[in-house]
Formats: sequence, structure tokens, C-alpha cells
Amino acid sequence: MREFWIIFKQSFVTKAKTKSFFITTLIMVAGIFLFANLPSLISSVSKLIGDGEEDKVLVLDDSGVLLERLQQQLKLSDEEIAVESANETKEQLEKQVEEEKIDGFIELNLDASQTIQATYTSASSVDQYLPSSLQDALQSIQTEVKAEQLSLSGEEVATLFTPIHFEKKNISASAKSEEELNQARVLVYVLMFVIYFAVIIYSSMIATEVATEKSSRVMEILISSVSPVKHMFAKVLGIGSLGIVQILVYGLAGLIAYKVSSIGEENDFSAFFSLENLQVSTLVYAVVFFLLGYFLYATLAALLGSLVSRTEDVQQMIMPMSLLVVAAFIIAATGLGNPEMGYIKIASFVPFFAPLVMFLRVGMLDLPLWEPLLSIGIMVVTIALLGWFGAKVYRGGVLMYGPSRSLKDLKKAIQLGKE
Amino acid sequence: MALQLEQVSKRFGDFTAVDQLSLTVEEGTMYGFLGANGAGKTTTFRMILGLLNTTAGSIHWNGQKISYATSPLIGYLPEERGLYPKMKVLEQLVFLGQLRGMNKTAAKNAALQWLERFEVPHYTNKKVEELSKGNQQKIQVIASLMHDPKLLILDEPFSGLDPVNVEMLKRAIIDFRNSGATILFSSHRMDHVEELCEQLSIIHHGQQLVSGNLRDVKRSFGKQNVRIRADFPLEELDTIAGVITAHHSLEGAVFQVEEESTANALLQAALLKGPIRHFEIEEPSLQDIFIAKVGEEHA
Repeated sequence: MREFWIIFKQSFVTKAKTKSFFITTLIMVAGIFLFANLPSLISSVSKLIGDGEEDKVLVLDDSGVLLERLQQQLKLSDEEIAVESANETKEQLEKQVEEEKIDGFIELNLDASQTIQATYTSASSVDQYLPSSLQDALQSIQTEVKAEQLSLSGEEVATLFTPIHFEKKNISASAKSEEELNQARVLVYVLMFVIYFAVIIYSSMIATEVATEKSSRVMEILISSVSPVKHMFAKVLGIGSLGIVQILVYGLAGLIAYKVSSIGEENDFSAFFSLENLQVSTLVYAVVFFLLGYFLYATLAALLGSLVSRTEDVQQMIMPMSLLVVAAFIIAATGLGNPEMGYIKIASFVPFFAPLVMFLRVGMLDLPLWEPLLSIGIMVVTIALLGWFGAKVYRGGVLMYGPSRSLKDLKKAIQLGKE
Repeated sequence: MALQLEQVSKRFGDFTAVDQLSLTVEEGTMYGFLGANGAGKTTTFRMILGLLNTTAGSIHWNGQKISYATSPLIGYLPEERGLYPKMKVLEQLVFLGQLRGMNKTAAKNAALQWLERFEVPHYTNKKVEELSKGNQQKIQVIASLMHDPKLLILDEPFSGLDPVNVEMLKRAIIDFRNSGATILFSSHRMDHVEELCEQLSIIHHGQQLVSGNLRDVKRSFGKQNVRIRADFPLEELDTIAGVITAHHSLEGAVFQVEEESTANALLQAALLKGPIRHFEIEEPSLQDIFIAKVGEEHA
């Protein structure tokens, strides 16, 4: 056990002390703070550079009545668009648009059947927001005009547009309400990303570490003093703990950023990430599935890393593994909308997909306890099998040098491990 | 504590890397292990260390099998040198020392002492990748010696070192021997083996061609060198019966002979031609033996 801890400490401390690790962590933390405060940052920046100015649109009103109604309508709907009557002719305005003196202008007219005819002219159609706001406003005016024609009162018009009452009701006592489900979806989505990135980043880190030890030939000294199996697990756990520490730092930064940004006004960000209805069980499952998924892939990565003798070949070797992670992520992502689909259920029991997919199901559905437990059991067994198999490969793999960059070398490594 | 290999064989599939190798290294002696590249030296070392299992035969050190439990007593210098390039010299030595069973303070003290002894104390806090190849080599040698091992296995310890450092390392190894360590090392350099080893083996393609005491090996080789220096060419002497090979140079020639009577014949024939400046009957060098046994192409 002594050697185990020495290697564990060495892989943890040496990696943690590198500049690149420190800088990555710092950048990520800065990014989290930036992201959390984005809405308030944007508003203060736009105040500073005066981007909040009203859009000005010139109007050629041939009907004579529409301009005033449009102004009122826009004021009602809180749009920051100022409409003004144009003094120039249409040709002059077109010229001004071409010379980019004004953004655009709109021609308004009422045809014989009292239907509004509007033409918005601008240099390009890049801005979609402005014309569609104008269109919405004009549509409302149209409705009013028509209603007046049909001599309907305002209330009568309102009844036409009353939304129906549509409620979703769950019979099951513990089923999640729509609101809970939406929050669970956000949380599951975020945690899925965390698990996905952690697995991708740290398992490739482990594979690279092992390959570096082989390519720098320090491996032979190491395994002459400590058994390869011990070395492998110390490495996996060492880098593993480093990853967990890093994620905890990010998590803490996220939490602080969240608290800081939700001081004062309520903004979109804090509403989106509302943690009020967070279920403890979801969080526990997140931790469990993170750890299991992580060690599953980490063991696989160490195994693959031991097969190559040059760090350049690492990425190629772990490619199949990365594809597995991506596949798991895609399956889980497609299941976000409807986690009850059949293939999602099947995938949640496949060890390499389970960390993401079963977590998705357990986070969003009301599953009987045996389902997540079975999935966890399958993963634990797979990790044990991979550990056992990995140890066999590792024993030979670390002594194997030469142009090895395919999975065919697995057999060779196991053979050498037995020797 | 003697190291004993008895009839050790190693086969990888159809390929026999080591075939029925036997040797004994007594406590307080040095054993030279000679062989061309790919002869099976590294495989033998890996078997001794337990990194590979033997296909047949047994390896014992002090009557016991070597395992990870005995690793604190063993110093190993692999042929392929390697250290963590990004780690600082002292950290690295402390780490490797700890793996060999030292505690942190002892490892640090030993590392500093050895750095001083090898005249590289100024590299203590440098990263290994910043050091020259020869200096990296020294650090690695320190890593294999610092825990005061009782069994030293050195794969090509002198390759890549300049003459001054070779002497420094030789001194260190001799000190270990004098304090009772058992030492087995491989080399391409016959002169080092000749100078340091009491016992030796020459292996080729896994076969143990020669083994035993250095003097016995030389005697049993049965050939001697006759060196003659003269101011006239000696080519005519090549034809004298009993001469096996001859090498001519500006100063004279070296004849390989099997019997002393041939040496006499050579001397008489040379004197007939004129005055000679030098005549000597030499023992065969290890180089001669190696070349004769392993074959010219591997010299």
C-alpha cells in the first residue's frame, strides 16, 4: 500500500503543480464568473456605449391614420422603436438607405378592404427583430381596425384570443410535475455535460500520462519497484482525484458566481438555474454516476495508454473510447425530450452508456429503485472486469515497445503479461 | 548473498530469447555479462527482476525468489534510460528513493549526497529535460544507487558517459562491491569488463558461449597474440605454420597463434630478416575472445 500512495501522491501533486493545470483552472473559473454575470454585464456595457438607444424608423404613411396608431401600439408593447413621419419622398429615402444614412423606412397603406399594406425597406435583411416587431404591431392594429369594422367591442375581441386552459396532470404520486421536470431537465443537462467533459478530459489525461511514462522509459524503473497493477490503479485514482478536485473548484466557483449574480435583481440566468426544487436524490445520483462513469473510462484509458509507446499515438488509440463517450452523450441528449423511449431504457443498462443515460432517466423519470441499482451494479461489475483485464494488459503493455497503435496489440500485451 | 541462475530459459512463442543460462554471482563480486545487441541480456535482467517469468529454470538470490518485497534491496539501471522529463531532479530522486523503501528525509539526504559526489549539485532544482544527456544519465545512476542496494543490476552502465564520468561511476561501483554488494552488469565495452569483473559470460542469440572466471576464460581460449615490431614488412611471416590470423600495421604486426612453439618460429623468422625492436607474447584480450566467439559481424 505504501508504494500505491507514493505513486498516487506523485501523479496528483506533479500534475497539480504544472503551470498548464493552474492556468486552465483559473481560466475556467474566470469563465464561470463571466458567464454567470453575463446579463448584468451586457446591460451595463450597453448602458456605457449607449447601445440601448431606440431604433428609429421613418414612416411614409399614405393612409394618414396608421402612423399614430402604430406609435401608440409600440408604446403599449414596450418596444424601443421610435416611428416618425418622413419628410422626404420615397426616392430620397431609398437613396438615404443606400448611403446608410438611415437604417430603413416603412410604407404604410390601407387597401380598399381596409387591410394594411406595409413595405419595409432596408439595406439588407440582417436585422430580423425590428421588422418582425413592426409586423406584430401592425397585425394588432389590423385586428382592431377589422373589429371596428365589424363593430365588435374590445372585450368581444379579447374573447376571441382567450387561450384555452390546458393542464397536464400526473396520476402517479411521486411523478414529477411539469415545473419540476423542466428544472430536472436543466440540471440533468448541465450535469450530463460535466460528466461528459470530465470523462473525455481526464481519461485522455490518464492515457497520456501512462504513455508519457512509457515513452520517457521511466516505466521500467517504476515497475521494477512496484507491481504494474498497483501502478495502474494508483495512476487512475491519482489523476481521478485531481479531476474531482478540479471539478469541485469549478462547482464552488459556480455556486459563488450564482449567489453573487442573483444578489439584487432577478435575472434570466438565476431563473434558468433555479436550484430551489433540486432534489437531493438527483444530486446523489449525479455524484454516483459521475464517479462510476469516470472510473469506468479511466480504467479503459489506462489500459489503452499502456499499449502505445509514443505520446503521439495516444489520441489514435483512445479514439474508439472517445467515440463511445460521444455516443453515450448523443443518446442521452436525444432522450432529454422524451426519456421514456425504448432505446433509452436499453442504453441505460449498457455499462458504457449508463453513466449518462441512466442518470438522465433517474433524474427525469420516476423509476423503481431497482433500475438505477441494477445499472450501478452492472457498471461496478464492468469496472471490476476492466480492472482485472486492464491489469493483465498493463503488465505486458508497459514492457512492449515498438509501433503499436492498434487494438491488435491487446493480444500481444496479454501474452507478454503472462510471460 | 549470491545470485544464482540455474538453467534459465525464456521463450516467446517460437523464439528463444535465452537458452539454458546458468551463472552464479558471489557476494562482493562483479559479474560481466557480454553480448551483442539482441543477445538476450535485457530479457535476462528482466527475468532476474521478476518483470518476466522464466519459461524454465530458476533464479534465486540468497536462496530466495526475487519479488517486489525485495525491491528495496535491489538497484536497477535499465538500458533504456528514462526519467520524468518535467520533474525536478531532487523531487524525482526522492520519489524514486521512496519507491525503493526509503523515507522522505533519508531519500532527500541520500540524493543530495550523491549529487555532490557526482559533481552535479547545481542541478538539484533543475528539470530533468533541461539537463544534457550525460547528466541525465548520472541522475539515473544515482536513482539506482541511492538506496544502498545489496544487489545491483546495471544494463550498460557506462554507455553515453565521458571518460571522466566513467571513472567516477567505476569508483562508485567498486565501493559498492567492496562493501559487499552483488553486482551484475552488461556491457559492450570489453575493457571495462576486463578491468572490473572477476567472472563473466558471453551470450549470443540466447546461448551462453563462454562463462567463468576471467583468467580461466582467457586460458581456455587457447590462443595467444605475438606482437612484433620491426622496421621492415613482416607479411612473409603470415605463411609460417601455426599462425591463425595476422594484423599488419606500420609499426609491425600481431599474429594470433595457438602454440608457443609457433611464437618461437615467428621470432626466428623475423630475426633472419633483420633486427626487430619489440617482441611480446600477449594474453588474448576479451575483445579477441568475443570476436572469435560471436563472430566478426558483431564486433
